[in-house]
Amino acid sequence: MTNPPQTLFEKIWERHIVAQQPNSPAVLYIDLHLVHEVTSPQAFTGLRQRGLRVRRPDKTVATMDHSIPTTPLSVPIADAQAAAQLQMLADNTKEFGIALYGMDSPMRGIVHVIGPELGLTQPGMTIVCGDSHTSTHGAFGALAFGIGTSEVEHVLASQCLLQTRPKTFAVRVEGRLGAGVSAKDIILALIARIGIGGGGGHVFEYSGSAIRSLTMEERMTICNMSIEGGARAGMIAPDDVTFEYLAGRQHAPQGAAWERALQRWRALPSDAAAQFDKSITIAADELEPMVTYGTNPGMGVPVTSRIPDPAQISNAAARASMEQALEYMGLQPGQALLGQPIDVVFVGSCTNGRISDLRLAAQVMRGRRVAGGVRMLVVPGSQEVKRQAEQEGLDRIFRESGAEWREAGCSMCIAMNGDQLRPGQRAVSTSNRNFEGRQGKGGRTFLASPLTAAASAVSGHIADVRTLL
Amino acid sequence: MAQFTTLTSRVIPLLRTNIDTDQIIPARYLKVTDKAGLGDALFADWRYNADGSPNPDFVLNQPQHRGAQILLAGDNFGCGSSREHAPWALTAWGIRAVITTDVADIFRSNALKNGLLPIVVSGAAHAKLLEFVEELPQCELQIDLATQQMTLPDGSLVPFPIDDFSKTCLLQGVDQLGYILNYSERITAYEATLAG
Ligand code: SF4
Repeated sequence: MTNPPQTLFEKIWERHIVAQQPNSPAVLYIDLHLVHEVTSPQAFTGLRQRGLRVRRPDKTVATMDHSIPTTPLSVPIADAQAAAQLQMLADNTKEFGIALYGMDSPMRGIVHVIGPELGLTQPGMTIVCGDSHTSTHGAFGALAFGIGTSEVEHVLASQCLLQTRPKTFAVRVEGRLGAGVSAKDIILALIARIGIGGGGGHVFEYSGSAIRSLTMEERMTICNMSIEGGARAGMIAPDDVTFEYLAGRQHAPQGAAWERALQRWRALPSDAAAQFDKSITIAADELEPMVTYGTNPGMGVPVTSRIPDPAQISNAAARASMEQALEYMGLQPGQALLGQPIDVVFVGSCTNGRISDLRLAAQVMRGRRVAGGVRMLVVPGSQEVKRQAEQEGLDRIFRESGAEWREAGCSMCIAMNGDQLRPGQRAVSTSNRNFEGRQGKGGRTFLASPLTAAASAVSGHIADVRTLL
Repeated sequence: MAQFTTLTSRVIPLLRTNIDTDQIIPARYLKVTDKAGLGDALFADWRYNADGSPNPDFVLNQPQHRGAQILLAGDNFGCGSSREHAPWALTAWGIRAVITTDVADIFRSNALKNGLLPIVVSGAAHAKLLEFVEELPQCELQIDLATQQMTLPDGSLVPFPIDDFSKTCLLQGVDQLGYILNYSERITAYEATLAG
């Protein structure tokens, strides 16, 4: 008898079920648990109150990213509350025997940047973190999703989670991207099409020729924003690109173990006849650089477009929500996006803070200057990305153009560490959320790719990078 | 975990769609290391003026909604970040149920672990509820989890779905970690099968 065809998701899901009662969620085993300072303190407190230990400290890794300053580390942390939270993670990881890439670690960085960098993230794994952008790790053919703090406690104590099986959603991206169009534009276009709740209850699997031709870092950019389309997880089948990225990394299997792992990993891709609950196809050739104009990531349009008119929307709730968004953003229907003045440009985050993102931005900045009146921050996703960029001289390109070159961290993506917009300021940002106040109370965010962000920085307004290439 | 059986309360209408967790509790309030006291941070950017005074136009600040425990919200409530601080802030303020036409996955999971009931109803049922709330802001809604029904002020019933497991957990206040730890032997057996 042959097994019924299965998707990548189904293969991983079934392999990780520890127990499953009828009409109940599965007890799902977790291979890798990533921890950061913001969503873990209450979970460790819970363990202590129950007198529990961490079941598998060897499958748990912590870092500091959300609230750390991106100014030189020699300066003491001014925010007492942030300092206390960071100290608590240091104390908790010490007490429970968990590896910590802390303040002084050369491998510190945004949790979703260092997991892959260290080779911790591997195909076929279940990976969780108290952070919704855990979907990033799905780029390796892992089932990776964000959890709340109660669930962080569950995984610390039991290495398991109660999970209801999600449905599957095939996202096929076929064809070739044009010049100036990148992975970020693919994912912004998908979310604009299906809406920010469009993937609710589902796991995306991205496939098609355009996805296959992407590098691992580009694949991570796409999987990262799965949650912005409502899906807790997004995955891409592992292939030679994946294996090449992983080979030789610190925590990747070595020698004979590597060969055995490869054999398992090669069996993971969805079977040809596997069925998905939903699907959509996107033509890569037709995509343009994308920019959001509103206050959720689904409000995105090609950069050459005009601001949509809420009056054209028949659904009253959707119309009201767009009207509110335009008012918050200070935009009028029918205005061109190109030429909209900006105050700040932020290049960084777990979406676009990797070395290839910085290279793209630097390629546009080289020999140009950040426009007068614009502040540009470039924040590497990890200290390793920072070192690599400095080796390549990218920091010099940024500095000479007038941009600020920072230490690694989440920074202005979430504005917890003092890097933030002032009320009313407009920013083109390579991060993933343009919610009201996300980058600072009253701040206005236009999400875009590193190429579009850099082009806008040198232009002083929202710009089409294709005119600068 | 806090139990949820029945609830009778006035309803606060907050009808924006896609209310994300950054609105429910902005990130600058996430630097805490415990769960207590987050009620003051609930909807902070909408609730307070720039000088920190309460914004009288915001529903939570209106006297007729004081003490109400049910939120009637727009579609796709709780999208965005996985912060459990969102249900912590809602329950600390006093909210025990959120009625909407769709709720984001992670928020739903977090809410259920904090005795906060997410109720998803059809657009028509949502509109009917809203009509009542707008006409009779003082009217009370009854929620009965065991029968999965809401009783409107005119006596009409609106059913709502919830999966059996979540329902049992809420009704009995089941401790989910305790439930998982009952499988400790199975977990150990599973770990023995892991490839090295
Ligand atoms: S960079 Fe932004 S989205 Fe990514 S983990 Fe940090 S705060 Fe979250």
